[in-house]
Amino acid sequence: MGRPWGSSSMTRFLLAVLRRDLTLAARRRGDWLIAQFFFVMVASLFPLGVGPEPQMLARIGPGVLWVAATLASLLSLARLFSDDHQDGSLEHMVLSPEPTVLLVLGKSLAHWLIYGIPLLAIAPVLGLQFNLSWEAIMVLEFSLLLGTPILSLLGAVGAALTLGLRGGGVLLTLLILPLYVPALIFGAGAVDGVIAGTGAQAHLSLLGAFLILSLMIAPWIAAASLRVSLE
Amino acid sequence: MSEPSPQLSVHDLACARGDRLLFKGMEFSLGPGELLLVQGGNGQGKTSLLRLLTGLARPEAGEIRWRGAPIHKTREAYHAEMLYLGHANGVKDDLNPVENLRFAEGLQGRAFEEERAVGLLTRLGLERCLDLPCRVLSFGQRRRVALSALLLADARLWILDEPLTGLDVHAVALMEGLIRDHLNGGGLAVATTHQALNLEGVKVQRLLVGNVAIPELA
Repeated sequence: MGRPWGSSSMTRFLLAVLRRDLTLAARRRGDWLIAQFFFVMVASLFPLGVGPEPQMLARIGPGVLWVAATLASLLSLARLFSDDHQDGSLEHMVLSPEPTVLLVLGKSLAHWLIYGIPLLAIAPVLGLQFNLSWEAIMVLEFSLLLGTPILSLLGAVGAALTLGLRGGGVLLTLLILPLYVPALIFGAGAVDGVIAGTGAQAHLSLLGAFLILSLMIAPWIAAASLRVSLE
Repeated sequence: MSEPSPQLSVHDLACARGDRLLFKGMEFSLGPGELLLVQGGNGQGKTSLLRLLTGLARPEAGEIRWRGAPIHKTREAYHAEMLYLGHANGVKDDLNPVENLRFAEGLQGRAFEEERAVGLLTRLGLERCLDLPCRVLSFGQRRRVALSALLLADARLWILDEPLTGLDVHAVALMEGLIRDHLNGGGLAVATTHQALNLEGVKVQRLLVGNVAIPELA
């Protein structure tokens, strides 16, 4: 049933979703900057609170940066679908002849490009602040490269489930943070592994596997949740 | 397909919101060139019926068929031919009217024809607003942007929830003309409205939703 995957109208649809979200983000740079500033602020509060001892900072650095990245991504996820829901454009998108899964995939990808990639650009600077070695920073970057798409994909499930609910933002946090735990453990673990000298490969492989798993499952669950939430 | 055969038909349809049954046993069929005017007081289930017809909501019981096939089984084919305009316009405030139409077309999986889009916006009296973000447009103007998206899509079935809300006298007359053209071109339309519509020469079916009778409209 339906047309084969990869037909030109599907590509056009996916590109339209991407371009649309990127254009809208470019028109609202304030929202975009808030998430990045939040990441920097949370990560910078720890050295101030814990004290400037270099060994201690290097010890907690990977975990803190990863926690800050998950929180920063949560901050922007609440509005992944809700803006479009309010002005009615979400209904139009769901009523498109193209599969809703593709819509979720496009929106998650756009979210990652808008909010995930900038984290990758900021993280090395914050890594220096935590006295991480260059090698550790490289692994941190790689773990974030694998991990931030997971945050966007799983976050889309939470955003779809909590769409239109009062206090949806808080519920979203409660729903999604537990799902982020594997990404957090493997991501921060990879950097810890480099610092401890045990290597990062095992953690990064698991993180990669988790990314593939999320990519295969999350868009379908999010699409189904979206249809339920719109009903 | 022969002309008089119904394209949209509803069989023994029931709709419930929460515990409350809004209607049941609803039957109607609509052929090419026909308009179904859904009437009823506030809260009687007009919008719920329209959302069932779009496929956004699932009926409690019964079936909706498009060209003889249940719509939830032929979702893609149905949505390619159907266009819905709800209470919310689906117009992005941060984009200008042309950009809005560009993305609306892309989201339907179609290529964008800018000249045609500008032509439509001009026809709907928005020629001076083409470069302005929709945020600064009035409610009625935004509604006109949404209507141009409807026209651009060239769909066979229009499902319109209160299409005349916020439109001035000229726009209402324009809208009546557009609906008439659409129906005369063999299209179908389902609409709810509280306003009187002047639709001479058009086959109109009226459907009363709910159990509270209201005075006959026009």
